[in-house]
Amino acid sequence: MLKFTCPACRIEACESELVNGGEAHLTRSGPGDSDEMFERYLFMRKNPKGVHFERWRHAMGCGKWFIAARHTATLEVFGTYPAQAHEPPADVIAAIKSRYPAWEGFK
Amino acid sequence: MSTRLATGGTRLNRARQVEFTFNGKRLHGFEGDTLASALLANDQLLMGRSFKYHRPRGVVASGAEEPNALVGLGEGTRFEPNQRATTTELFHGLIAESQNHWPSLDFDIGAINSKLSRFLPAGFYYKTFMAPRAAWKHLFEPIIRKSAGLGRPTEPGDPDRYEHFHIHLDLLIVGGGIAGLQAALVAAETGRKVLLIEQEAHWGGRAVVDGVKIEGKTAAEWVAETVEKLTEYPNVALRTRFMGSGVYDHGYALAYERVSDHAPATGGPRHRLWRIRTGQIITATGALERPLSFAGNDTPGVMLASAVRDYVESYGVSPGDRTVVVTNNDDAYRTALSLHQAGLTVPAVIDARAMVNGPLVEAVKAAGIRVETGKGIASASGGKRLKSVDICAQAGEGAVLESIACDALAMSGGWSPVVHLWSHCGGKLLWSNDYFHFHPDETRFPTDDKGAQYVRTAGIASGAMRSADVLENAAQSAAAALGVTAPKAASATDDDEGPMAPVWVMPQGAGKAKKSKMWLDFQNDVKVSDVELAAQEGYKSVEHTKRYTTLGMATDQGKLSNINGLAVLSQALNQPIPETGTTTFRPPYTPISLASIAGPARGNTFQPLRKTPIQSWHDAHGADYEPVGQWRRPFCYKKPGETREEAVSREVRNTRESLGLLDASTLGKILVKGPDAGKFLDMLYTNMMSTLKPGKCRYGLMCNENGFLIDDGVVAKLSENSYLVHTTTGGADHIHAHMEDWLQCEWWDWQVYTANLTEAYAQIAVVGPNARKLLEKLGGLDVSKEALPFMGWVEGELAGLPVRAYRISFSGELSYELAVPANQGLALWKTLVDQGAEWGISPYGTEALHILRAEKGFIMIGDETDGTVIPQDLNLHWAISKKKEDFLGKRAQERSHMADPDRWKLVGLQTLDGSTLPDGAYALDEGANENGQRNTQGRVTSTYHSPTFGRGIAMGLVRHGPDRMGEVLKFNKVDGSTIEAKLVDPVLYDPEGEKQNV
Amino acid sequence: MSEARLHTPLGGAGFKGYVSFTEVAPTGMIALRGDLANATVAEAVEAATGQGMPAARRIEGGLDGGAAWASPDELLLFVPQAEAAERTAALAEALATQHALVADVSDMRAAFTLKGAHLRDMLAKLTPADLSPETLPSGEFRRTHLGQIAAAFWFEAEETAHLICFRSVADYAFDLLKEASEPGGEVGYFSI
Repeated sequence: MLKFTCPACRIEACESELVNGGEAHLTRSGPGDSDEMFERYLFMRKNPKGVHFERWRHAMGCGKWFIAARHTATLEVFGTYPAQAHEPPADVIAAIKSRYPAWEGFK
Repeated sequence: MSTRLATGGTRLNRARQVEFTFNGKRLHGFEGDTLASALLANDQLLMGRSFKYHRPRGVVASGAEEPNALVGLGEGTRFEPNQRATTTELFHGLIAESQNHWPSLDFDIGAINSKLSRFLPAGFYYKTFMAPRAAWKHLFEPIIRKSAGLGRPTEPGDPDRYEHFHIHLDLLIVGGGIAGLQAALVAAETGRKVLLIEQEAHWGGRAVVDGVKIEGKTAAEWVAETVEKLTEYPNVALRTRFMGSGVYDHGYALAYERVSDHAPATGGPRHRLWRIRTGQIITATGALERPLSFAGNDTPGVMLASAVRDYVESYGVSPGDRTVVVTNNDDAYRTALSLHQAGLTVPAVIDARAMVNGPLVEAVKAAGIRVETGKGIASASGGKRLKSVDICAQAGEGAVLESIACDALAMSGGWSPVVHLWSHCGGKLLWSNDYFHFHPDETRFPTDDKGAQYVRTAGIASGAMRSADVLENAAQSAAAALGVTAPKAASATDDDEGPMAPVWVMPQGAGKAKKSKMWLDFQNDVKVSDVELAAQEGYKSVEHTKRYTTLGMATDQGKLSNINGLAVLSQALNQPIPETGTTTFRPPYTPISLASIAGPARGNTFQPLRKTPIQSWHDAHGADYEPVGQWRRPFCYKKPGETREEAVSREVRNTRESLGLLDASTLGKILVKGPDAGKFLDMLYTNMMSTLKPGKCRYGLMCNENGFLIDDGVVAKLSENSYLVHTTTGGADHIHAHMEDWLQCEWWDWQVYTANLTEAYAQIAVVGPNARKLLEKLGGLDVSKEALPFMGWVEGELAGLPVRAYRISFSGELSYELAVPANQGLALWKTLVDQGAEWGISPYGTEALHILRAEKGFIMIGDETDGTVIPQDLNLHWAISKKKEDFLGKRAQERSHMADPDRWKLVGLQTLDGSTLPDGAYALDEGANENGQRNTQGRVTSTYHSPTFGRGIAMGLVRHGPDRMGEVLKFNKVDGSTIEAKLVDPVLYDPEGEKQNV
Repeated sequence: MSEARLHTPLGGAGFKGYVSFTEVAPTGMIALRGDLANATVAEAVEAATGQGMPAARRIEGGLDGGAAWASPDELLLFVPQAEAAERTAALAEALATQHALVADVSDMRAAFTLKGAHLRDMLAKLTPADLSPETLPSGEFRRTHLGQIAAAFWFEAEETAHLICFRSVADYAFDLLKEASEPGGEVGYFSI
């Protein structure tokens, strides 16, 4: 049973109050894009054993989506931040690097 | 015999006698007894029969680790099987029955299995029931099912309450022995929020029984004072009858409170499952004593040495008149002393070690008790009650040196820390070559959401085997958990102990005959010979051996058997024990009731059933419900004597011919507002919504990014920047979530707000040729063709109620949907019913709704769609904008498979004989696929008997369907026969739309 | 319009256990989405409810006039039932020139008032929210789930709380609260 702090309302929410929305920071592909690009957008997911960025919604709460950076094996959470971010904020990147110096970095 | 001693029993209140029954026999115990101690006091040593061989079994332990003494408790709807007698507190009126025997506990036919045991080796089932294949289903499985299983199932209708309880803590301490208490003392001073829990009804754990001195007092005195002191801290909660069940991720833990098992029917809930979120956890869970493996070690009367001590000291019960002690360590000598001090006979202490010394040994010798070193038990015998043990040299093969008459045997194979909770969430273990057990590896700990250690062990659970070390370790663990400097722990003294010896099997050179009488797992009847056979057959992984032999897979999860089993396996594989490793520890620590896991999710509150504002009227008027998501919608309204089919037919005809009424309140109603609302809806729907004019409605389709249809419905434009989106009943919540997802995560710079107003309004469809007449009669709103044309809406008062009327139709009839504030929904409905009487108004249910729309060729999300259907499949090209550069699903619909001309497309289906096609039937094609299955070319998506046309009507998806009108296809039926149907236009009723447009 | 034509989901049903609760009389509720930092919004909220802009997760006032923070861009306002339509219109009018959403949601929910010394214990049986007084002091508006449904509640005083949920699941909420409040179920954790 995971817990995350919702960056919108600052409540430390229990997994039962949240809904998972899969991998974060996907770039939408649409009409005019190649089949390869669209396939990547629609189907290709990183599914790493390690540092991962994923979308969660505080559904049983303020209703806001946010992004959580966590380790999929240790379940360590490096931070949560608003869903509008195009990339992880610097403090989250720093938190990951301090724990996993060999981490290949975002993207 | 086993009996109650004249004095003693620290837990007993001898002033209060308690009456209970066991197998129908009335017996007496005292307040403070467990069922096990009370049965022993009544010389009822035999408490059950084993799982596989139905061997007679007595109690082995005195606590949660008990494998044998499982009983059925209670009666009727309160009956519960497989309850441990050792953890069942005695209460007046307790009813218990033994299990796994027929016809009686004393005489059991199934015990024949025991005689056949050499034919039932490890993997017996796997090996025997392989062939012939058909025999499994008809012969083997029925027999195995009848003879397998432990206890009988419960009866439905448990009258007790079970609940959950959520708390948030800084520190959870599991275990109320001296380690847990010491840890709590340290934590209390920090002011942090602490919960200390103990699975038994008493604080103090083993130290109280084992004569430990703390701060110069007896352990019992220190425990009582400490508990008293802790209760004064407002930040510390103390709870007994409370088992630490499981440790999970991110500081989540489950604890199981047995609220009223000891005092049933006192008004409170029976069990309460505490769902705890805590910063830190300390497990002060103590250790469990291990049995020894010798021939006949499952004979009733053979018990753990510590259990014998508990029964004597805590319950004033003598397990036997003559108790032999057999051990590989000094601790068991405490049992010899306990028995001796209680005036009981200890004929001998049989010690496998060649050299013994130390104060406990000396004290036993000084008491005049014979100590035999370097000896073991060659066999224990006696059937239903131990009669004697044969003594042999431990080093030999079991040549009998002497036979000692005795009716109890106290065994000790050493102690294993209880590491379950440490291990649940990733804590690793180390092997100790001093104590020959696994203990927590302090460097490989469970981590929390910060990646930091959040579980620590305290006391014996850490592997600290002396009381002084226990307290020191507990204080340090608590201080480390809370980030404070460890204060001085309480001082403690106990007797020095000499080194133990890693003796697993007695005697060391025992042969096969003996090993097939040595039990490792008492509950599942797994023997030393079974584990050795598994090794011999090539099982090297402990996890595989466990599953092959079922070692440790019983309800006690191998609390007594695992380490011994590992040792035997390691020996057979000729490798050190740590190399073999352990099996995985999984929650719960001991079994917890399923009802406690369900908590409030049972009966009325099993799941939320959503009700419309009009539901009470439906209830009172014969509604026959069907589930639609979490709603229950009337399928039809049955009049007395009517069948479902008759009611549905009547409702359809009445609506087509005169006037029908539908509770459409469940439809989703989402307000979408903002300068970019039109632009947003254009992305959401396949067609154009932004061009809609205020006062108008438009039907639209929604797809996901895969291009597949997910919802449909009517959008009403309320004002320049404001739209009300109607979704399907099932779509209301997830379409709202879908909108918020896109607005928050992708188009967050667009100015759009949404609000899910589904439940703010009751919505009622007034349908049929007389619909307008009724609304005109009610008055207040101009609903004429001119004022309110098809696909328009108006707002105003109708019959004095504030309504918004939408002129939309899902039936092909003249139809108005009236939205009214939910609290006034029932009033409007009743008014419509009353005032519509002159036209014979009748409510209709979801089945009539389906038939009406199918007759009109309207698709239904969930019938014509299944998550793989795109609008083009349903010939809905007219609802797909070609002008829009983008909408959700547009790119996906351009993918090659989506544009494939061979996709199955919507058609109407008309059976040649007028019968109704089976739902989901496939249209057969020539030939078969590579799996030998008949090829198909289409399937039925909606099928009904149409009262309007007096025959079956259907829709389906068929390859090139729209190009094959008039063709006849064969559809399969479950019985293997086929039914012929012609491809026709799906729109059967009023194709010109004259009726809905009047 | 006459009160007799208003049907709250439970018709004002109640239960007396170690915690007592009743469904409250029809209450005006208005959903407002907009820029909560905007002064016009704050003025409009005050005009509608008599209350100031609530801080994050807080409620100002109560059922007879209150403003509850629901999310960074959303408030739930409480007004007298009879004035709900009028105040919704006034609020919409006041915010007409900016990007905001105002909707009368008076009939969308069931509301309960709960009373009792063991109130925190009772609620802790049904929701994962931290019920401790430090985390959930009076005036903290907590959105979470109650059993399997979305709900929000707040303490008006230590022994009085209010709870709202969607009207379709009012029966479910009632049954949950009832079983959790049955005599003999006192836990004695948050209050002894």
